[in-house]
Amino acid sequence: MKKRNWMTLGIILTFLATAILAGCGSNDGGNGNGNGGTGGTNSGTNGGGNKDANGGANGEAASALGDIKSRGKLVVGVKFDTKLFGLKDPASGDVEGFDIDIAKALAKEILGDETKIELKEVTSKTRIPMLNNNDIDMIVATMTITEERKKEVDFSDVYFKAGQSLLVKKGSPIKSIDDIKKGTKVLAVKGSTSVDNIKEKAPDATVLEFDNYQDAFSALKAGQGDTLTTDNAILYGMAVQDPGYEVVGEPFTDEPYGIAIKKGSTDLLNSVNAGLKKLHDSGEYDKTYEKWIGKAPSGE
Amino acid sequence: MPDVSIFTDHFGIYMKGFGNTIWASVIALLGSFALGTIIAVFRISSVKPLRWIGTGYVEFVRNIPLLLVVFVFYYGLPSLGVTLSGFVCGTVGLMVYTASFVAEAIRAGIMSVPSGQSEAARASGLTYMQTMRHVVLPQAIRIVIPPLSNQFINLVKNSSVLSVFAGFDLMYYGDQVAGKTYATFDTYIFVAALYLVLTLPLSFAALKLERKLAKNG
Amino acid sequence: MDITGAFSYHNLIFVMKGFGITLWVAFVAIVLSFVLGSITGTLRYMRIPVLSRILGVLVELIRNLPLLLILFFTYFAMPDVGIKLGVMSSAIVGLAVFEAAMISEIVRSGLSSIPIGQIEAARSSGLTYAQTVWHIVLPQGLRRMVPPIVSQFISLLKDTSLAIVISLPELMHNSKIVIAQNFDYTLPILALVAVLYFAVNYALSLAAKRLENKWV
Repeated sequence: MKKRNWMTLGIILTFLATAILAGCGSNDGGNGNGNGGTGGTNSGTNGGGNKDANGGANGEAASALGDIKSRGKLVVGVKFDTKLFGLKDPASGDVEGFDIDIAKALAKEILGDETKIELKEVTSKTRIPMLNNNDIDMIVATMTITEERKKEVDFSDVYFKAGQSLLVKKGSPIKSIDDIKKGTKVLAVKGSTSVDNIKEKAPDATVLEFDNYQDAFSALKAGQGDTLTTDNAILYGMAVQDPGYEVVGEPFTDEPYGIAIKKGSTDLLNSVNAGLKKLHDSGEYDKTYEKWIGKAPSGE
Repeated sequence: MPDVSIFTDHFGIYMKGFGNTIWASVIALLGSFALGTIIAVFRISSVKPLRWIGTGYVEFVRNIPLLLVVFVFYYGLPSLGVTLSGFVCGTVGLMVYTASFVAEAIRAGIMSVPSGQSEAARASGLTYMQTMRHVVLPQAIRIVIPPLSNQFINLVKNSSVLSVFAGFDLMYYGDQVAGKTYATFDTYIFVAALYLVLTLPLSFAALKLERKLAKNG
Repeated sequence: MDITGAFSYHNLIFVMKGFGITLWVAFVAIVLSFVLGSITGTLRYMRIPVLSRILGVLVELIRNLPLLLILFFTYFAMPDVGIKLGVMSSAIVGLAVFEAAMISEIVRSGLSSIPIGQIEAARSSGLTYAQTVWHIVLPQGLRRMVPPIVSQFISLLKDTSLAIVISLPELMHNSKIVIAQNFDYTLPILALVAVLYFAVNYALSLAAKRLENKWV
């Protein structure tokens, strides 16, 4: 009798596991990643698989755009933690910002409908690996165009011009990059250009790197560092979030933002650039810019 | 095959992190052993409030994630006016967290010695401390060592949470190298290898010790 | 500190959503790791040539690596070998594989603790080796394994928090978003998070104790 109990238990557990495994596969898009997307439906659970299947030696470059079209959904990697560019609002659950509006406009351009989009959270650290893994079709996430990165991904035309700057608590003795002395603790984000720039411009500083902007800003608020450095546009967003902090000094680098696409996907790149051009021509770009960046304490 | 040049080109960075991981582990190990022993003594104490403190500590700390413990130290303490670096918060958090498991292991070891033995020892004129030292602890240690060595291996692995708090450990510098080379897989393969250099010998030593103790027991 | 602000309706809903993801991921990973760990542990115990060896090496490798690293590998390295998973599946697979290695150790040593005499007796009474393991060794061994396995489940539930490095929107991740809104929310929100983890894990450990007392 007892032995049979054990056997039954084993069988039930195995069944349960199989059932859950199966369930989890189809649930993934919905629970894990589909959040935030206005139309984040599950219809494309197999999208990744299809893409892999086509991504053979001949396929990748030619089929990227075709894949998106046959899937009927554009999967975009955006920030979830960056005010003004891509921020997830706990109240509504929506992700909002300049990057998001650009991404939606591109979905409209490519698929004819701005709701045919899925937004996936990326950080500066995870975005390139995610793109290369076909997790996302493109990165629209405050990403600076650099020569180094051009070796890894293809960039669209510049869609935003930022420059690196410093954020400090109001009343801080740090007024510009010249005030960063030996031992000054500068907070930055892993995998961002700001880290390399600050190490070059202020080699004496102690740089502390975090996984994302939220953590870095929380660390600044917690007094774990003297200043936070990244692109001024992102910093303005933080200053909007918490008026106790301000952006100081002139920008000390040029950070032209581009949309990153997997290397060699020429057709997709072309249609992104065409989409950006249309946005500029129609004046919609200016409207979007005004909507988000116009709010900043002192525009660009 | 992973690209070895990633490791050789960034050897200095890897080693910096490796060194700090060892440092954090050693400090947290000694600290958690000391703190864990105190908590264990509290837990079996005949003084009720001490027992409550000991039990409360163990039950609470081991039921919350390490990440949360360090988070409280790093982001929470400053709002009470205490600001400590990521390395310190990570190491202290690791110590506080591991101590709860160490305390449980030590308590279980001490409890495994039949109370008749210590009563007999006390009756034959030994003091409480002498009883502990000569009768209870030598036997308890045999029970305690296997779980304790497991906890310490866990501690080394868990030290990787320092990376989330800019704690300059192996994982943190691994992130830096990955950010520079964009070779995610290759970079972390070497990070993994360095962790194994620390944990595998520890595991084997623990296994050997365990077998030896089992034989002698 | 701002307790009323921190515990506003929206914030609470958002944190609880994260808690839901934590529980779901932990539940699925627990079931998977238990099945996988039991099978691996039993196979290792049975000392099947080659197979048991290979499994032994795998288990040792996984057991001795930080989970943070394993999560990173499942998310970023698996696609290199053609397996592509979403954030949530990666988290589940990473957690399940890591904890399965732990559980397989528990199972193997639990089975090994059954006296050899019993096995010999069973064999001589005509049972095959597999039958002996299934009917004699497993039921007894399982009873000894319950306490360590449950603490492994508790570990797993806590370890889901590490999935923040791949941006899984679980409890810690969502709490951080709330904290980022206003620094005064930090301590109240962290306290709430601690209470949530504690409540589930403590309940689990109490259940384990009852089970243990009933059997032993």
